[in-house]
Amino acid sequence: MSPEFRDAAVQVTYLVASVLFIFSLKWMNSPQSARRGVWAGVWAMVLGVGGTLLNPAVAVSSLPWIALAVMVGGLIGVPLSKVPLTAVPQRTALSHAFGGLAAGLVGTAKYYLWLHEGGANLTTFRMFAISAEVILGFLTFTGSLMAAGKLQEILPGRPITYRGQLMINFLTLGGAIACATGLIINPQWFFLFPPLVILSLAFGVMLIIPIGGADMPTVIALLNAYAGLSAVAMGFVLDNTLLIIAGALDGSSGLILSIIMCKAMNRSFSNVLFGAFGSAQEAAGGEAGKTVKSASAAEAAEIMGQADEVVIVPGYGMAVAQAQHRVRELYDQLTKRGIKVKFAIHPVAGRMPGHMNVLLAEADIPYDDLIEMEEINPEMPQVDVVLVLGANDVVNPAAKNNPKSPIHGMPIIEADRAKTVLAVKRSMKPGFAGIDNELYTMDKTLMVFGDAKAVVGDMAKALAGDSGMH
Amino acid sequence: MTPFLAAAGPSGLTAYIPLIFVFILATFIGLDVIRNVSRLLHTPLMSLTNAISAVVIVGAILVAGPSVSDEHPLWITILGLVAIAAASVNIVSGFLITNRMLKMFKSRKPEEKS
Repeated sequence: MSPEFRDAAVQVTYLVASVLFIFSLKWMNSPQSARRGVWAGVWAMVLGVGGTLLNPAVAVSSLPWIALAVMVGGLIGVPLSKVPLTAVPQRTALSHAFGGLAAGLVGTAKYYLWLHEGGANLTTFRMFAISAEVILGFLTFTGSLMAAGKLQEILPGRPITYRGQLMINFLTLGGAIACATGLIINPQWFFLFPPLVILSLAFGVMLIIPIGGADMPTVIALLNAYAGLSAVAMGFVLDNTLLIIAGALDGSSGLILSIIMCKAMNRSFSNVLFGAFGSAQEAAGGEAGKTVKSASAAEAAEIMGQADEVVIVPGYGMAVAQAQHRVRELYDQLTKRGIKVKFAIHPVAGRMPGHMNVLLAEADIPYDDLIEMEEINPEMPQVDVVLVLGANDVVNPAAKNNPKSPIHGMPIIEADRAKTVLAVKRSMKPGFAGIDNELYTMDKTLMVFGDAKAVVGDMAKALAGDSGMH
Repeated sequence: MTPFLAAAGPSGLTAYIPLIFVFILATFIGLDVIRNVSRLLHTPLMSLTNAISAVVIVGAILVAGPSVSDEHPLWITILGLVAIAAASVNIVSGFLITNRMLKMFKSRKPEEKS
């Protein structure tokens, strides 16, 4: 094959791959077509890699080494795809780290390669793109590792703060940008490159440690956007349209998801990144004078058994207790009696965007019964029983009524407007964000204390036993 | 590896205008397509875009690909190979886990209506 033909073949495969990547995401618009979307993505990747191997610059002698590297990655990738669904947020963060690392390394390699050649290829624009790629790539790498560590609870989930933190963070990022500016002015100032890498790595760590566990859904989405943008920067470095298109798709996905997450918590980006949410816990303890009413699982089951409509509000606590399959049994028992059962899903339920839907889908709950917050709230006054299961902040009326609450203004699932509220909780300890919840002390609320899995199991059993008597 | 736009200008931004067009249009398509993704599927969406962003393997192959020589030192090739391995982790795990999660999404079965 002549080099011209090969160049043309590379461009055509990239074109087809780009179109397939767009369709891959487009088909994610409904559960019916989504699996087709995965296949489109797989084919796009195969074409992208295959097309690149056609590039005349890739020597035949390198192919075995490339194949070996792919196999090593694949061997790590397969177990990473089999993690329990509760661990998907960590896995996602970890894979952002791998993506960031790859981008950072390629940027570094290209810089030294072109410097080694004499620097004619290190144009101003390319140096700008390399700097962006290296900063974004390496900060995504360490930042995602920190996020994964927090989600896996290897690192403390509470924000780590210290005096002058904001200043030090800005100086670190400022230092990295100063190095980048120097390199753009004169790419031959190679002594600026190692500090650029080190400061970017350090900034990734410093950016994430002051952010609390409750904000991780937003952080993961934001890191997703950074990973995409570093791929775009790589595309500009290498004059590669496929990288630019795929990176832009990824970047816009991360951006939209982080906007959705921010809106769902009524926070701004800067507030998430610099607010050290959850560190303020001074107002705790005001609950002391109020009493709560409690009920047994069997009593709660009886109340549900008499309802026409039950809405279950699941939270991450349900998944931690591994209660999904018991929830399915409860769902079956209730629907068997002709009771309408719906699940109210808050956008930040779980630990990443859409997490709760996946957790319930795993327990075979049909997705038709998973209802978004905005759709379920207007129905709430007609709902007989709301069962709050491991959720806390997303049903806290303080978000509406108490301007002093740290979550004030956050949209919530309005469980407090239902006729009866049943809340399953291990104890009266405040939730992930460390805030008291007045829903539990309302007159129409009955607390069912205990482990979610055991309690829901008992409820299902009570309903099953009871139905025989009718 | 002659970049197809390198001939257009040595350092000028103008050579990159077509690529900037591509970037902007792709971002608009991306924003529009993602906005229509069902909220049900945001977790699989994220693992899918994980896999898609591993397209950086293309850049890694271009770095690791040329045969080792005085102009292309071994350590550059090694950086490229590490990047290929890192990207491959995402390709393999990203597509597999997305598919695994999507298989779990089922609609209400007709027999349950009885």
